[in-house]
Amino acid sequence: MSNLSIRRKPPRVGDAPLFRRSLIGIVLVLVAFVIVAPLVIIGVEAFSKGWQLYRDTVIHPDTLHAVMLTVLAALIAVPINTIFGIAAAWAITKFDFWGKRFLLVVIEIPFSVSPIVAGVAYLFVYGLQGLFGPWLDAHDIKILFAVPGIIIASMFVTAPFVARELIPLMQAQGRDLEEASTSLGASGWRTFFSVTLPNVKWALLYGVILCNARVMGEFGAVSVVSGNIRGQTNTLPLHIELLYHDYNATGAFAAASILALIAVFTIIAKVALERQGAGRVRKQANPAEKTS
Amino acid sequence: MKIHLENVVKTFESFQAVKGVSLDIESGELVALLGPSGSGKTTILRMVAGLEYADGGAIHFGDQDATDIPVRDRGVGFVFQHYALFPHMTVADNIAFGMKVSKVKRDKAAIDSRVTDLLRLVRLEGLGDRFPAQISGGQRQRVALARALSVDPKVLLLDEPFGALDANVRRDLRRWLREIHSELGITTLFVTHDQEEALDLADRVVILKDGQIVQQGTPQEVCRDPKSAFVMKFLGDANVIAADVRDGRAHVGGLSVEAAGVADGKGELYARPSDIDWSEQGPGIAATIARVLDRADGRRVLATTGAGEALEFDVEPERVVKAGETGFVTLRRAKVFGV
Repeated sequence: MSNLSIRRKPPRVGDAPLFRRSLIGIVLVLVAFVIVAPLVIIGVEAFSKGWQLYRDTVIHPDTLHAVMLTVLAALIAVPINTIFGIAAAWAITKFDFWGKRFLLVVIEIPFSVSPIVAGVAYLFVYGLQGLFGPWLDAHDIKILFAVPGIIIASMFVTAPFVARELIPLMQAQGRDLEEASTSLGASGWRTFFSVTLPNVKWALLYGVILCNARVMGEFGAVSVVSGNIRGQTNTLPLHIELLYHDYNATGAFAAASILALIAVFTIIAKVALERQGAGRVRKQANPAEKTS
Repeated sequence: MKIHLENVVKTFESFQAVKGVSLDIESGELVALLGPSGSGKTTILRMVAGLEYADGGAIHFGDQDATDIPVRDRGVGFVFQHYALFPHMTVADNIAFGMKVSKVKRDKAAIDSRVTDLLRLVRLEGLGDRFPAQISGGQRQRVALARALSVDPKVLLLDEPFGALDANVRRDLRRWLREIHSELGITTLFVTHDQEEALDLADRVVILKDGQIVQQGTPQEVCRDPKSAFVMKFLGDANVIAADVRDGRAHVGGLSVEAAGVADGKGELYARPSDIDWSEQGPGIAATIARVLDRADGRRVLATTGAGEALEFDVEPERVVKAGETGFVTLRRAKVFGV
């Protein structure tokens, strides 16, 4: 029997030490160069000319305006896209209708189209020489080179985020729960708020967070439609570029540090939510002893 | 509540799932819809519930035409195959849900006491504050039943209620559902592909094939007098032996079996394994034993006839038989169908 106890366990697939170490090594090197180094540089460069200059850049009216504009865009675009995403996911996963596949493809378009192409397309739709340009001009409605344009462009780019998080989950959940709820006498709204929403809330929050991060960081599409008017239509990413082109590298890094900070907070929020979600799932999934 | 289906039709895209089904279910009856997958049984159940709309025909609940009443107002209790319990609610909240959303307002105390009653009915006292993930499959199915009963349904509908459970739990729940039905007397329709379940549980069995009813009756009627080879085969193991039919009798290997109503010519004899006897001497159909399987309740013999037909039959546990032996089979009873 004793020879059994000293028997070595056969290595699992991919468990050879050399293989394992090389994989971990590659990942660590890539993370260091691609992700960590730039973040560190932002911090270092932002404070390279001292705290005073950093402070001046951050509280400069143009920077503050850019921050406000970015937050405003997020405050409008994220809720609208959240409602859109929920509605689209609900329709696609719980109902059969003509053109369902087409809608699925349409939702994906912003992911596959370069944001700059979207921006240019908006120029042709809402610009002076564009489709609705003359009409908008005649009624004195400014969309391009103004806040509405920025918000619309941000919305286009981030339209799929919430729906993309929800659709696979809701598809996997099927329609049983909704059917059960309705057969028990619940209305459509009641079913949605009492049954559907509680079962997708973690995915929904995750989608909202991703959507928010992308709205705040969006550069390409916004750059085309905003016109980069300093202190007026400059969002934070555009402001960073502007400072950089002004040979104000320290200022650019200081502004970038704000954006990076927002991103870090977003990630922390996401991790915290996931923890909470996982804890809840564990609590529900862990059957107490003697259940049968 | 009496249910009456009249020539109900349902087509999914190009597939006709239900091809004109008419059916009467008496008040308080427990009826099984039995059929292989794709026979339309679940679709019929879902149409009775209002989860699908019929493309043609009518569904009556008592004197009322229920065909176009939406599921929400139809007053049915539906139990889903995979329970469909709300995972984010406790067992008690699941059961209370129907009462909370009801148009009939009840105060909290009334709902709580009804939940307690229902938990007692399904024998889950004390598990009210568990989540569905914390209880076993059989318990979940009982919660699903309590939830369906909470809204005082006129009709109880169950879709493969025990399909996802293991054999022992299944048998217990079956007997238990029968008791609940006797206690409440609620008109109940359930779907199953398991003939044993249907025969064990139902007052009446409706056998479906390809979207149509092929036979219905009490378990005794369908078992003793299957009207087609399909029903014969579907209800249990059956041996098939080719025979010649002449003047109302089927002949094979020196045996002759009553075959009233079967046209002269080629026919098929259907015999249950328990209806076949084995002997070393004739007369009978000559066969060679291929294998012997020992089981808890006897010995099952696999044999091949001279014509190459595979037979399965049972012999007493003490009987000495071996693979390779030859002998003769005789039929205690058999049904004959034309080919």
